[in-house]
Amino acid sequence: MLRWILGGREAQGTVEKSAALFIGEEQPKNCFTEMQVLKGHFDIVRFLVQIDDLRFASAGDDGLVLIWNVETGDCLFALRGHTQQITAMTSYTFIRGGTAHTALITASSDRTLSLWDPDSGNRVQNISDLQSSVKCLLVLAHLDVWLSGGNELCVWNRDLELRCKMVHHSDAGISAMVELPKNFIAAAMDKEIVIFKLNLSGSDIAVMAMRHLADHHDTIRSLIHINDGLFASGSHIGELIIWDSVDWTIQAYEHILWEEPARDSQSEFKLNHQKQIERSIQHMSSDGEYIVAAVGSGLYVYNVLMKSVVAYRRTAHDSNILHTMLQQDSLMSCSEDGSVRMWELQDLPLPAEPASSGFFGMFGTFGRSSKQTGPPAKKIPEVPGLRSLELIGDLIGHSGAVQMFLSFKDKGLVTCSTDQLLIVWKDGELQSQLRSLAVFQKLEENQGL
Amino acid sequence: MIGSPDVVAFTKEDDFGDSFSDPCSLPEEFSVPLFAHAANANPWTKTSYAKFSKDFILISEFSEQVGPQPLLTIPNDPKVCGTFDLNYFSLRIMSVDYQASFVGHPPGSNYPRLNFVEDSKVVLGDSKEGAFAYVHHLTLYDLEARGFVRPFCMAYISADERKIMHQFQELSSEFSKASEFLKSGNRKAFANELEKKLKDLEYTRSVLHKEAELQKMNNGCYSPQAIEKANELANMEKSIYEHKDLLRQITSYPSRKKKDVNFVQRETEKLADTSVLDDTPNSNPSDIADKTVETESDIRKSSYTPQLIKGKSAKCFDKRLKTMEELCDASFFHQTLEQLNIIEKSLRGDLCFIYTSQIDRALVGKQKVTSFLFEAEREWENEVPLKNFSISSNNPTVPILNLTGEPLSLESYTSCIDIDHMKPGVESIEGPPEFSLSDITQESSEAADTETKGSFSSDKSIEAFGGVSPSSLQANYFDGLDRKSKVSIASPSESASSSAAVPQRMTDGNLVLMDAACCIGQDGFIFEEPLPELAQECCGDTVVNREPLSLLQGDPALQMDYILEESALAESPNMGLTFSELNTGVLSEEVAKINIEDVSDSTSFMSASTSSDRAVSPFIYGSALTLKQKKKAGHSALRFIRQYPFAQQAIFCLLSGRTLVILGVDEGTVRKLVSALLFFVPNLGKYGETVQPWLSSPFQLTDLQRWKLIGLQRAASPAGSSILHSLNRYSRYISILDCDSKTLRCPPYKGTLISRLADHRTQIKRGSTYFLHVQGMLTQLTARAFLYTFCHHIHLPMDINDQGSVTSRRTNFLLQLGYTVEESKIVQYLSELIKQHYIQGSSKGGNQSFCFNYTTSYLYKI
Repeated sequence: MLRWILGGREAQGTVEKSAALFIGEEQPKNCFTEMQVLKGHFDIVRFLVQIDDLRFASAGDDGLVLIWNVETGDCLFALRGHTQQITAMTSYTFIRGGTAHTALITASSDRTLSLWDPDSGNRVQNISDLQSSVKCLLVLAHLDVWLSGGNELCVWNRDLELRCKMVHHSDAGISAMVELPKNFIAAAMDKEIVIFKLNLSGSDIAVMAMRHLADHHDTIRSLIHINDGLFASGSHIGELIIWDSVDWTIQAYEHILWEEPARDSQSEFKLNHQKQIERSIQHMSSDGEYIVAAVGSGLYVYNVLMKSVVAYRRTAHDSNILHTMLQQDSLMSCSEDGSVRMWELQDLPLPAEPASSGFFGMFGTFGRSSKQTGPPAKKIPEVPGLRSLELIGDLIGHSGAVQMFLSFKDKGLVTCSTDQLLIVWKDGELQSQLRSLAVFQKLEENQGL
Repeated sequence: MIGSPDVVAFTKEDDFGDSFSDPCSLPEEFSVPLFAHAANANPWTKTSYAKFSKDFILISEFSEQVGPQPLLTIPNDPKVCGTFDLNYFSLRIMSVDYQASFVGHPPGSNYPRLNFVEDSKVVLGDSKEGAFAYVHHLTLYDLEARGFVRPFCMAYISADERKIMHQFQELSSEFSKASEFLKSGNRKAFANELEKKLKDLEYTRSVLHKEAELQKMNNGCYSPQAIEKANELANMEKSIYEHKDLLRQITSYPSRKKKDVNFVQRETEKLADTSVLDDTPNSNPSDIADKTVETESDIRKSSYTPQLIKGKSAKCFDKRLKTMEELCDASFFHQTLEQLNIIEKSLRGDLCFIYTSQIDRALVGKQKVTSFLFEAEREWENEVPLKNFSISSNNPTVPILNLTGEPLSLESYTSCIDIDHMKPGVESIEGPPEFSLSDITQESSEAADTETKGSFSSDKSIEAFGGVSPSSLQANYFDGLDRKSKVSIASPSESASSSAAVPQRMTDGNLVLMDAACCIGQDGFIFEEPLPELAQECCGDTVVNREPLSLLQGDPALQMDYILEESALAESPNMGLTFSELNTGVLSEEVAKINIEDVSDSTSFMSASTSSDRAVSPFIYGSALTLKQKKKAGHSALRFIRQYPFAQQAIFCLLSGRTLVILGVDEGTVRKLVSALLFFVPNLGKYGETVQPWLSSPFQLTDLQRWKLIGLQRAASPAGSSILHSLNRYSRYISILDCDSKTLRCPPYKGTLISRLADHRTQIKRGSTYFLHVQGMLTQLTARAFLYTFCHHIHLPMDINDQGSVTSRRTNFLLQLGYTVEESKIVQYLSELIKQHYIQGSSKGGNQSFCFNYTTSYLYKI
């Protein structure tokens, strides 16, 4: 049995915790030196959806949907209508009359679906006779339809008219969906990924389940689109599978183990005797080449082209990571510990030796076929691109778990939290310059002071 | 910001003149007239021989029954007047009365005519009493008075002659306002009175008519009784006609006014503004008052039962004269008192103080962009028009001296007659339109002067000597008019001098259009025939029996009203002007008290009062600041600096916008430290909104946005632990000053700026001195921040992708100014505040951003 332990030196495990994760107050690379607290919600804020360059919507357990302007921090509209918590929210851009319109779709535990117009704050449509609450939403822009997933899979057109409905009888409904090429949909249902096909014959749409992929051993927690050829899924016990989007075969299989290393124990043994360390893949994000997976309180960066791990950090936060974002060489994560951390992928001075220790077990990379025949007898020779994940800054402001964040690039970063607040983090230097410009503009308008 | 009063107070006698002799030190228009210090070394000693402690306003009447008598003083405090003989002085000021009160049957006219005379404004002095007065004469109409007129005067009495002279324009315009309130209220009341009288007369006539008919029936046409009745009836008819004519005259007042040339040009504006005012419902308090009064009078009218009156009026000594409040409508009377109180409060203190505070106000008014940072937020900056100041600066500062060419010596007691009013007599009323104010020349004023001189030349101590420049008077006159009629249109000079969008006098509740409103609505009654119905026999007069002097003793109800109004005034923030002046008034009153009480701190009166006006902030959350608190703050700041070696770091935190938390067990200690550090907080706010002196619950993130200085309770309870948790959580945004262990955890500071601001070896002994020192330094800092904010070339990018160079240009600019990295942060923070304030205006609404830095904190110990 092959075992590959990265930096398996126990001694540094503690060092990492104390030294590397305490960044201190000196953060020269952290440009967020201005914050604006947005108040408006009365319960946990769970979702943030960008509407356009300036606006975003926030929603949470109070059933309230608020639309904000990220530059001024003004609350533009409060969309009221849902009586229970919001379970899913997405924006939906379509062309009507030559101009692009953006609508907002929200789903709630009160088994309603609503279509909102963020320009007027009006509820355009409302569906209230659903049999179950919707857990996820997926917009298929090229078909001009969108799907809602729960215990049933429904296809809707832009006017919220039901085009097709498929009821399936498993207890666990659809928790996540991704779009695949050729009108296929991958949906995560408990431990399985189900491939649906949308048949379009004229104006009719029919949904058909094509295949059940049952390779995960536990509940699938996240399902993401990587690029046109690949998608990925992560499970509750740290299984990360990369799938081919066209023929739905396994391209890579990683089992991420965060437990303490035991030199002589085998991985199966470890699997059975794992400690109570959370290693559920809560969230994944990708830029098409890399995947960053939030595994418990750790971060794991994987290169899908090289099919190799790029960097990892076993305890990136004090508590479970809830959301991640990957941007070029930097990534961000937010956690239940109430902080947002910014990381940078840095090349190691010595490629063979990771700068920081930490440990994760890894079964290796498997093809689908090889898995059926057993683990490959091939040892990964080297990890050429292994880099370190260095903490370059953290944002502390929320007093509860940070549920999600949304980046507006230069305009700032919005975080939402269990403490019912939203915070817009901005680049203070940039904002100061913008204010200067505004001052001179006003001076010109007023013809002097 | 340090204005001139502060500087004056802290210069010694020797260098007093020298420090101001430099012509480059101040622009010409801001220079303060120097005290003639040859004879009298101490500028404040000359008040000593006056028999009253401070200036006051006296209202007197020339009663037809008892002669000149004082009615009331403002402030209504017997201590103010001291041993000053009010009766004697009333005699004095009433003896200067002008000749315009002639009413009655003018030659060539069959009916009595009302004279709508202008008020006269006179300055006179009395050597024996050491009193100088600005005297404002006016006449009020009273149906029962001789000739229907009651002469009154309002006098501003001061021991300082120069004060009266310098403030003449201000006094004149403000007293004109007060007089206008009185007169319009009086016209209204007089019209009401006339109506009642008419009803009585008409009722009496009908009764007489019936009796005459009866007599004719009984005794025949030519019986003596019948003739007597017919005569009586004819008298009654004549009386009715006269009264109708009077009513017509009083109600036609506004239109007659407008015939005057001076009013023609304003007419259109006035009309436009009337409609504007009418459109805004209930916006004007006095409008409401008017309405209520009118409805009241409607009720009265409808319920008024005519009484039988005798043909001949009672002898003048039998009847009781109406009080001033009865003469004028009550609401107008109270408005007048309010106005007089405002005058009294705005003119408290020494002339030098008033003058420099005017300059200071004008200067601060020009610095709205930055003054919010460390100045007291004075809302009246918007309200007090700069034109007051610009008028006085354009004109020669002592206009009277220039006109007469005579030196103004302290020994000469002068009275300056102003013929702002029309010539007495009929011709003035129907006078030719070209007889306008601007036509009054030096000669005519002197001619009038000699005329008036005759009336009191018997008294050697009073001597009239010159007129006030007519142009300045006219300016005043128009000024008053402007304020009255023009509510929203800015005069060109005003808009020029205050370029940065100054709100115009929109909220000025005192300025009412009362002329037109007061008598309209009663026209309908003039020719209305009374219903010939019989009423019960009713004896007595319609006037309530009351002592005419009751006001001097003080009507408790009235006083209560007045106090209530005053407090309401102080509470309402949009009463801009009045509020501020009340505020400064309160301060200087406080000064006086402190000076009496505080023997240990006994310096000159002025040195204390100079610092009083520059209020930095209130020290109690949400309340106004008093001098005592501020002095104490300066004192405790001094103690803090001497006691704690890390005071500079703490001050650096405050100036750079990093919230400073003062943690301690004892509330008193914490509060003391908070108030010691208070005036270092930029943008403190009018009520000290950015400071929380004592907090016993954990603070939130949003609190850091709001408060820049927090006093926090250290407690052992669970709440205490959550407080400590929040301190720990937000430690990167705050600095913590631990009172109990005397430690400070904050970023380091390097530089010399704050060591000058807070030198623990400072030689400054007094709290107020230190406070002013700090204000001076902060003003300098603010000026730098202003420079930094409004330098184009360091903020504007050269091209689109030029962000980096802007950053480096900014940094280099601050380094060139000689600031260290830490001091640059201070300037940058102030600059951000200036920008936000400039962009958003003074309103603090909206969601403010909160800036911070990622810097390492260190622990400082004693």
